[in-house]
Amino acid sequence: MALVEFDAATVRVGGTTLLDGLSLAVAEGEALALIGRSGAGKTTALKLVNALVMPTAGTVRVGGTPTRDWDAIRLRRRTGWVIQEGGLLPHLPVARNVALVPELEGWDAARIAARVDALLDLVGLPAPTYGARFPHQLSGGERQRVGVARALAADPPLVLLDEPFGALDPLTRGDLQREFRALQRRLGKTAIFVTHDVREAARVADRLALLDRGRLVAAGTPAELVRSTDGAVRAFLDAGGGLDA
Amino acid sequence: MTQEILTETWRHCLLVAGAVGLATAAGVPLGVLLTRRPAWARVVLGAANVLQTIPSLALFGLLIPVPWIGGIGTRTALVALTLYSLLPVLRNTVTGIAGVDPAVREAARGMGMTDRQLLVRVELPLAASVILAGVRLATVIGIGVATIAAAIGAGGLGVFIFRGVAMVDDRTILAGALPAAALAIVADGCLGALERRLRVPR
Repeated sequence: MALVEFDAATVRVGGTTLLDGLSLAVAEGEALALIGRSGAGKTTALKLVNALVMPTAGTVRVGGTPTRDWDAIRLRRRTGWVIQEGGLLPHLPVARNVALVPELEGWDAARIAARVDALLDLVGLPAPTYGARFPHQLSGGERQRVGVARALAADPPLVLLDEPFGALDPLTRGDLQREFRALQRRLGKTAIFVTHDVREAARVADRLALLDRGRLVAAGTPAELVRSTDGAVRAFLDAGGGLDA
Repeated sequence: MTQEILTETWRHCLLVAGAVGLATAAGVPLGVLLTRRPAWARVVLGAANVLQTIPSLALFGLLIPVPWIGGIGTRTALVALTLYSLLPVLRNTVTGIAGVDPAVREAARGMGMTDRQLLVRVELPLAASVILAGVRLATVIGIGVATIAAAIGAGGLGVFIFRGVAMVDDRTILAGALPAAALAIVADGCLGALERRLRVPR
């Protein structure tokens, strides 16, 4: 069953069309990567899912309910969100950043503490060492891990990731891609990635959706895209250094 | 004389603390409101700016005939000092909140914060050092302007300065001027230290 459905979703701001009639379904447990060059509408599509952006036409459904009928606050607390550099709150230590959504949800202190410990272990940053550090005291890779832990804190079925590994060196980046992929499979999360790196997309996702100037050009597994003869698909794959599928 | 200096120093401190306290209590919420209504910000900040440019003795003079708040004495001085303190607090609240990284704000909204939670948990803590810088400026200006309040019978260290000038007695002038200068330096130092503590490293 589809957890997220874009149904002719369109976003126009002023005279500019950011997203033009996107129709796409993401199944439960699936990892989908939205790929495309800058300005293709990837991030806009992602923000439609947690209601940070509303479609000006068409519908986006999460769990079968259109986002405009969701209480946006509830939807966001049930949807993990990871952004570049983690998007951590700079004035809060790591543990408080991870505890954020459980705190907002009013969990009791003992349950939050246990959850924070478990999650920091999960992303390889044990709480006794890292819990009290502030974001500026972490490396880029560590910040990103904290961002992932925070997104998973309230155990959301769906996680959105916007260029999560973009600001990292290639080695750290590769590590995090593998770790996140393993985690996503093990926890059975549905994940939607945004990336402009086609190789990264093939590593972290089951299926890729290529956007260009707000339109969906192609969607399929990496193997299907490699076989595509569509000019735009070929151009994007070749520019990204090709795919071995 | 020493006893009198201590008494007037205390009155001076109370006057400034009261004015800065009132200005902060009014200025921070008003500043927050202005960040939500940017169209009003220009008008309100402009008005506060005009208040700030009125010379202090003139402002005291202008307030004296105003019913309810005016008259000779402490109340008028408190109102005038509060008006002076308002602009730095207001402006720094607006600047501080506007200066919060939009990416951080969006991240917080994406976590599912309500507008109120965003303000209390993210915007105010991140703007705290900038807001406090406004409070610090208001305090230092207030300590200076409060010496003039003695002219309208509000007491404070200005009492000695005016008396000394009238008597052409340097020692009496210094009895007011030195403690006032010391107060300003100490207040600046303490609030500056607090401001650095609140500053969020990035």
